Amino acid sequence: MTILNVLILVCILYVVFLFAVAFAADRAALRGRGSWLRSPFIYTLSLSIYCTAWTFYGAVGFAARSGLEFVTIYLGPTLIMIGWWWTLRKMVRVGRSQRITSIADLISSRYGKSNLLAVIVTVLAVIGTTPYIALQLQSVTLSFAAFAETDPTATTLPDMQSTALWVAGGLALFTILFGTRNLDANERHHGVVMAIALEAVVKLFALLAVGIFVVWGLSGGVATTLDRIDASAIARFEVSGSRWIGLTMLSAVAFLCLPRMFQVMVVENEDEDHLRTAAWAFPTYLMLMSLFVVPIAAVGLELMPTGANPDLFVLTLPLMDGRDGLAILSFLGGFSSATSMVIVAAIALSTMVSNHVVMPLWLHFSGGAAMVSGDVRHVALLARRLSIAGVVLLGYVYFRLSGGGTALAAIGLIAFAGVAQFMPALMGGLFWRGATRTGALAGLIVGAVVWIYCLFLPSFGPSVVLPQVVFDEGLFGLQWLRPRALFGTEGMDPVVHAVLWSLLLNTSAFILGSLLSFPQPVERLQGAQFVNVFDHSGTPGGWTGGMAQSEDLLIMAQRIMGATEAQALFAEAARRQGLAGYLPEPSPSFLQELERELSGSVGAATAHAMISQIVGGAAVSVEDLMAVADETAQIMEYSSQLEAKSQELARTARQLRQANEKLTQLSVQKDGFLSQISHELRTPMTSIRAFSEILRDTGDLTAEEQSKYASVIHDEAVRLTRLLDDLLDLSVLENGQVVLHVQRGSLADLLDRAERAAGVQGGALRVVRDRVAEAVDLTTDLDRLVQVFINLIANARKYCDGQPPILTIRTAVIDGELVIDFTDNGSGIAPAQQAVIFEKFSRIGQHKAGGAGLGLAICREIMARLGGAVSYLPGQKGAAFRVTLPLSARMAAQ
Amino acid sequence: MSAERGPLFLARRTYRLRRLSDAARMLPIAGAVLFSVPLLWEAGGVRTTRAMLYIFGLWIALAGIAGVISARLRPTESEDDPKGPQER
Amino acid sequence: MSKRVLVIEDEPNIIEAVSFILSRDGWEVKTHANGHDAMEAVRARAPDLIILDVMLPGKSGFDILQEIRADAVYGHTPVLMLTARGQTKDREMAERAGASQYMTKPFSNADVLAAVRALVVP
Repeated sequence: MTILNVLILVCILYVVFLFAVAFAADRAALRGRGSWLRSPFIYTLSLSIYCTAWTFYGAVGFAARSGLEFVTIYLGPTLIMIGWWWTLRKMVRVGRSQRITSIADLISSRYGKSNLLAVIVTVLAVIGTTPYIALQLQSVTLSFAAFAETDPTATTLPDMQSTALWVAGGLALFTILFGTRNLDANERHHGVVMAIALEAVVKLFALLAVGIFVVWGLSGGVATTLDRIDASAIARFEVSGSRWIGLTMLSAVAFLCLPRMFQVMVVENEDEDHLRTAAWAFPTYLMLMSLFVVPIAAVGLELMPTGANPDLFVLTLPLMDGRDGLAILSFLGGFSSATSMVIVAAIALSTMVSNHVVMPLWLHFSGGAAMVSGDVRHVALLARRLSIAGVVLLGYVYFRLSGGGTALAAIGLIAFAGVAQFMPALMGGLFWRGATRTGALAGLIVGAVVWIYCLFLPSFGPSVVLPQVVFDEGLFGLQWLRPRALFGTEGMDPVVHAVLWSLLLNTSAFILGSLLSFPQPVERLQGAQFVNVFDHSGTPGGWTGGMAQSEDLLIMAQRIMGATEAQALFAEAARRQGLAGYLPEPSPSFLQELERELSGSVGAATAHAMISQIVGGAAVSVEDLMAVADETAQIMEYSSQLEAKSQELARTARQLRQANEKLTQLSVQKDGFLSQISHELRTPMTSIRAFSEILRDTGDLTAEEQSKYASVIHDEAVRLTRLLDDLLDLSVLENGQVVLHVQRGSLADLLDRAERAAGVQGGALRVVRDRVAEAVDLTTDLDRLVQVFINLIANARKYCDGQPPILTIRTAVIDGELVIDFTDNGSGIAPAQQAVIFEKFSRIGQHKAGGAGLGLAICREIMARLGGAVSYLPGQKGAAFRVTLPLSARMAAQ
Repeated sequence: MSAERGPLFLARRTYRLRRLSDAARMLPIAGAVLFSVPLLWEAGGVRTTRAMLYIFGLWIALAGIAGVISARLRPTESEDDPKGPQER
Repeated sequence: MSKRVLVIEDEPNIIEAVSFILSRDGWEVKTHANGHDAMEAVRARAPDLIILDVMLPGKSGFDILQEIRADAVYGHTPVLMLTARGQTKDREMAERAGASQYMTKPFSNADVLAAVRALVVP
C-alpha cells in the first residue's frame, strides 16, 4: 500500500469519525444529556477556527519570508480576548438578549432593523470570504500534492481539481447535515461545534508534534535550535513599525468582524460565563500554535532545498526525514484547519444570505401570503441549505478560476481588511448612542469601495482587473487616486496603506453621517438597548443571581439608615428566610419591608423609586424611554411614547374589566350557591318523599309497583349520597387535606380505565386515541388522575353535540410536561363561560344531564394537588380541555 | 455618628470588584503597548531569538494575568451603571 | 268527564309520582318533559290545570308561564308552579308571572292533591 493510499484511507476514516462525533453530540444535546457540550473549554476550542489552513501552513511560510512578523496575526486576537471586558462581553450580551443570528443581523438590528445594511454587510462578507474558502481548498490540494511528489509508485499525480471538488462536496454535505437541523439560527449547532472543537485539538496537537520533532528530532534540542535561528536568514528582528502595529490592529479588528468568528463567539455561545475561561485559554492556545513556527521555518530554510515552498514545511520536513506517520498527522492538522473554517464560514454566510437576501425576496414575490401558512419554515430551511451549497460552490469556482496559484496566498490579509470595514458600524453601534443608519451606510459603502479599489482588485495583479495605467497614473489620470498611493501616500506597504485609508475614510464617513443625519425612533430605541445593554438585560445563567441586588440594597440601606441598623435589618430578614449572613433573597415581602423602613427616612415615593431602580428590570426601562425623550424635542417620539403608555393603560383597563367581569360572575355564582345546592338536594328528595308517601298511604299497590317505587327511592338516595360525596371531596381537596397515594402505571391503561368508567362503551360517543404517544409511564396518584379523565370523557359524552360525537385524546410531551388534550367535535363553550366553568356549580346552560356541576371544580383541585393543571383550550373546533402534568415530578418520584 | 457605624465591609468587596474590572480594561492596553516595545529596540540590531523570548514570555504573562483577573471577576449587574450605588 | 291536568316537568321520577297521585284521584294526567315546545303541548292537550316546573331544559318555567298568560284561549288556565329553589325571590317571580299557586319541592302528596282540587273549579 502506497503512502498516498494510506493517506486517503486515514482521511476518509477521519471524516467518518467527524461525522460520528457531530452526530453523537447532536443526539446527546437533543436528549438534554450533553452538559459537557456546554463546557467553556469546548467554547474556547471552537474559537480556534480563527486558525485556518492559512495560519496552519502559511504561518511557517510567513515566518520564513519575514521572520517574527507572522506573530501579529495572533497578537491582535490575544489582545481582544484578554480585553473581553470591553467588547466581547457586550457583543455576546447584545447577541443573546436580541437573539442575533449573524453580524449582518447585529448591524441591521442596531440601526433600526434596516435590511439594506444587512444586504451590504452580507455582500461584503461573501466577497471577503469566498477567496478565503478557495484558499482552504487550495491548501488541502497542495498538501495532497506534496505527498504525491514523494511517492515514487504513484504513476499519475492526483488531479488537483478533483481533490478540491471532493473536499468541497464533502464539506457542503457535512454543513447542510449538521448546520441546518434547526430553523432557528440562534440555536446552537452542538454537532458542528463539537466537531470543530475536536479539530482544534487535532491541529494543535499536530503542529506541536511537528514542532517537537523539528526541535528535538531534527535540530537536537532547544539551544541548538536557537543557534540555528540565529544563523538563519531570519536571524534579525527586522519588522517595519507600521506593518507590526497595522497587522496587529487588523487581526484584532478582523477577529471581531469575521462572520465565522461572530458565529462561534456570539451565536454559538451557550453562556456568557464561558468568556471568562476563553479570556486566558484562547490566548494560550494561540501562543502554543505559534510557539514552534519560527523554529520550523528556520530549520526548514536550512534543510530543505532552495525553491521549496516554505508554506508546506510543516508537511515536507517530516516527509523528507521519512516520518510518514508524523506527516499524515500534520496533514490531518491542516485538513482540520481547512475544513472547520469552511464549515463555520458556510453556516455564517448561509444564515446571512438566506435571512437577508433570499427570504425577503421570496416573501416579496410570494406577496406575503405565505407568512401565515406553514411553508415559510420549509422555504427558510431550503434557502439556508441552498445558500450553504452556493457559498461552498462559489469558493470552489473561485479556486478553479484563480488557477490555485500563489495569488491566493495573499488573500488572507486582504479578506481581513475587507471584513474590517464592519468595525466602525459595529463598535459605534455598541458604544455610541448617536450612531445612525445613515452614518453606518455611508461608512460601510465608503470603506468597501476604498478596500475594493486599493486592495481587492489590485490583488489580482496589474492588468488583470485594473489596467496597468490605473496603477501608474491613477483613476481617470488623477495622480492622487492611484490605488497603491492614495492622496500621494507613496512607499507604504499595500496592505497597511489600504487598511489605513479604508478604515480612516470609513470611520470619518460613519461619524459625519451619524452627526448630520437624524435617526428613526426604532433606531434610537435599539441604540439605547444596545449601548445600555447591561442596564436592563437580565444576566443569564446564574451569573450574579439575586445576591448582587441584595448587596446593592444593603449598601443603599446602610447609607440611609446607618450601617448597624441596616445590617441588623438585613441579617434578621436573612435569618427568617433560613439563610446565614447578611444577604436575604430579595423576595417581595422583604422588599416591602425594606421599602417601609426606608420610607421612614426618605419618604415613601423616594424609597419606592430607589428600590425599584435597583431591583426593577423591564426589557425597556423607563430610563431608556426618558433618555430618548429627553434628548430630543421631536414630538413624534414623545407621542409614540405616549401612545405606548396609553396602549398600556388600555391594556390594564381591559385586564381590570376582565377581572371585574369574572368577579361579578363569581359573585352571581356565589349568590346562586345556596339556590343551586338547594335545587340539587331537593330534586332527589322530592322523588323520595313522594314515593315513600305513596308506599305508606296507598293500600292496594301491586308487588311490582311496590318494588319499582322502592327502587326509585333507593336510586335517588344513591344520587344524594354521590352529591354529598362530591361536595365533601371538593372541600377536602380545597383545604389541602388530601393524602396522595402515589403509584406507578401507564397512561394508556389509565385512559382505558377512564373510558370504561365514563360509560363510553355502547354509547354514541366515539373516542379517538393515539396509543403510541400514550406509552408513557407515570408515577403519581393514579386514582385521582383517572378521576379527572373520567370527568372529562363523561362531559364529552354528555354535552358533545357533534354528529356523530367524536372525542379526540392527544398526548404529547412539551417542555418536560406531559400534555393531554381532550377535544370533541361539538359546538364548544362560549368565551363568556370559559372563564367560569371550573367554578363550583357552573353548568353550561340549563342542562340537566346529571351531575351537580362540581366535576370540573374537582378536576381543577386534583390537578393542582398533583402539581399539574387542567385548563380550557380555546380556539379548537369543539370543547377542548388540556391536562398538563410535569414529567419532572415523575422523575423525582422514581 | 461615625463611632456607632459598623464597617462597610460589603461595600469594600464591591469596591475591589470595581477595581478588578478596571484592571481587566487596562490589560489589553498594557498588552498593546508592551507588544510594541520591540519596535523601539535598535533597528536591525536585535536577534529574532531575543524578540521571541520577549514576545512569548509576555504572551504567557498576559494569559496568566487574564486568567487570574477573570477568575475573580464576578461582574455585578450595576457594573456599567453610571448610577452605581457606591461612587458617583 | 274527568278533568285534564298537564304536568310539565323533566324529572321522570317526579312525573311518575305526580301522575300516580292524580290519576288515582280521578284526573286525566298528560305529561310533557321539556321547555321549548311547552306551549304547543298546552294547545294540543287543552288542560284544565297545568303543573309547571321552574327549571326545565330549553326554556325556564317563568317564560312558559308568561306565554300561557299571553295566550288568548288558555290565558286563564290555572297554573301550579313547582320549584326546587325555595327562595323568596323565586316566589315573587312566580307570583309576578301569574302563577295561581306556588309549591316548593319536596312536597307532600296530600298538599299537591289539595291544591289541584282547589284550583280547578268543578
